[in-house]
Amino acid sequence: MYSRAYKTILSAPPLLWVAVFLLLPYALMFAHSFWLVRDGLIIHQWNLQNYAKLFENHVYLVVLLRTMRIAAGVTLLSLSLGYPLAYYMSFHAGPRKELLYQLVIVPLWVSYLVRGYAWKTILGSEGVLNGFLQYLHLTREPVSFFLYSPFAVVLTLTHIYTPFVFLPLYASLEHIPRHLIEASHDLGASPRATFFRVILPLSLPGLLAGATFAFVLTLGDFLGPLLVGGPSSVMIANIVQSLFGTAYDWPLGAAISVCILVLTISLLFLTESLEKRWSFR
Amino acid sequence: MSANERLATPSSVAYPEQRKEFFAKRESALAIFSFMVFSFLYLPVGVLIVYSFNRDGVGGFPPKHLTLHWYAQLFSDGPIWDSVINSALVAAGAVVVALTVGLLAALALDRADFPGKSTFRRLVLLPLILPGIITGLSLLMFAVSLQFSRSLTLVFFGHGTALVSVATTELFAGLQKMERSQEEASLDLGATPWQTFWRITLPNLRLSLIAAGLLVFTLSMDEIAVTFFLIGSDNTLPLEIWARLRRGITPEINAISTLIFVVSVALILVWYRIRTRTTGSEVQELLERP
Repeated sequence: MYSRAYKTILSAPPLLWVAVFLLLPYALMFAHSFWLVRDGLIIHQWNLQNYAKLFENHVYLVVLLRTMRIAAGVTLLSLSLGYPLAYYMSFHAGPRKELLYQLVIVPLWVSYLVRGYAWKTILGSEGVLNGFLQYLHLTREPVSFFLYSPFAVVLTLTHIYTPFVFLPLYASLEHIPRHLIEASHDLGASPRATFFRVILPLSLPGLLAGATFAFVLTLGDFLGPLLVGGPSSVMIANIVQSLFGTAYDWPLGAAISVCILVLTISLLFLTESLEKRWSFR
Repeated sequence: MSANERLATPSSVAYPEQRKEFFAKRESALAIFSFMVFSFLYLPVGVLIVYSFNRDGVGGFPPKHLTLHWYAQLFSDGPIWDSVINSALVAAGAVVVALTVGLLAALALDRADFPGKSTFRRLVLLPLILPGIITGLSLLMFAVSLQFSRSLTLVFFGHGTALVSVATTELFAGLQKMERSQEEASLDLGATPWQTFWRITLPNLRLSLIAAGLLVFTLSMDEIAVTFFLIGSDNTLPLEIWARLRRGITPEINAISTLIFVVSVALILVWYRIRTRTTGSEVQELLERP
């Protein structure tokens, strides 16, 4: 229907933009990861030292594993909050469905910083929670371990990512044909069996999409630990951030970024292929 | 009894009393749990708003001596409003770039075939799921290699690039829902593709464009992960708040956060209304298929 020239005019500018502002910078990051820093200058000398460092020094591995633990915690928590909520809204909310749905959407788009800051004021040693506990005479001294701990990071990020996890879950539950559930009941399956053999398998694509979101977004997060985490909750992106800041070793930082990038993209590919396999649509 | 009748038999067999009771119990348990999740989602924001009126700082319980003092202080706070203007400028620029590039990308994805199309789709959508730190840092390296210093202009390019993905997703959804017959009629009646674009496609896509623009604007106003690495001496609003968090916190930050919350919610409600009118509640699609 459209001429070749028309299609070229359409696709050329976005391709160009993506090439210049996305591909080229990523390529440059990749290149940086093979360079090195000497006397505060970046030397364009190709080598594998940065990657060698990542394997030799255990700090990086330790932090990466911690990051993955935190990400797994956030994923599990957001799923265990998001799934029942999505289930309730899809099957039981009735006419309130639309309103409740919008209520989940609203926090999704509210500033990350605002929400992180709110948790900071709640969990701090002179924060709202401590004030509340002392008000109830449950504690006499302020409890200081709420803030600046991996717990605070997991809590804050769970708060931020639960709506993200909820959306695909809800969508997949809404897509389940209701007659399949009726059929399961009619054929004598117990509610438990119906859930585990009909509803859960059919909602797997949404579950997977939600889990991927929470995990991947946590994996690259550096603001959460800066806001509410302490030294014990430094995550991999914080190392990158300090290497690009005070520590000034861009090539090493780039090497870690490349690792994060590879990890993220392989996770996305993995879940995409799993999703295709589990998709019944 | 015919097969149909048997299928339509009321579920007296399938739902004995016992099971109904189970369902009722499960439903109320789920309702309570859902209520708790909602409280968890809204508690921090509620606390934030309440303490923006608290005379004695951001903590302690119960809040007492309610005052508008922090709002008064906020409104006479020059640097904050400078940063708001900076943010608005960047966001406006990001909207223009994201909508232009996003519209073309969405049109290309919707109706053009070219080699590497699926790779292109993945690439455009990549910043949607990639950590902001990666997008920010790679742009920083790119800028430095071009001897381009950190500044609001650079932040603008960063936001534009990161948010093209959002605009593309939104506009692509709008295009998919659009009736093609009008465009076909226009082309059949001898209008050039250019005329068809301006007179048919664009007007039909109007609501999607507004919705995408609002969304990009809000996200840009809030953006911090990409901005963090590209900012020069002029702060955007989130970065200004960030800088203040390090110097110690006062309810003034609660006050500005409350205002941000109110404005975001207002914009999002407008966006959501337009969005549901144009493309149905397909926000999920945006999130489901990055």
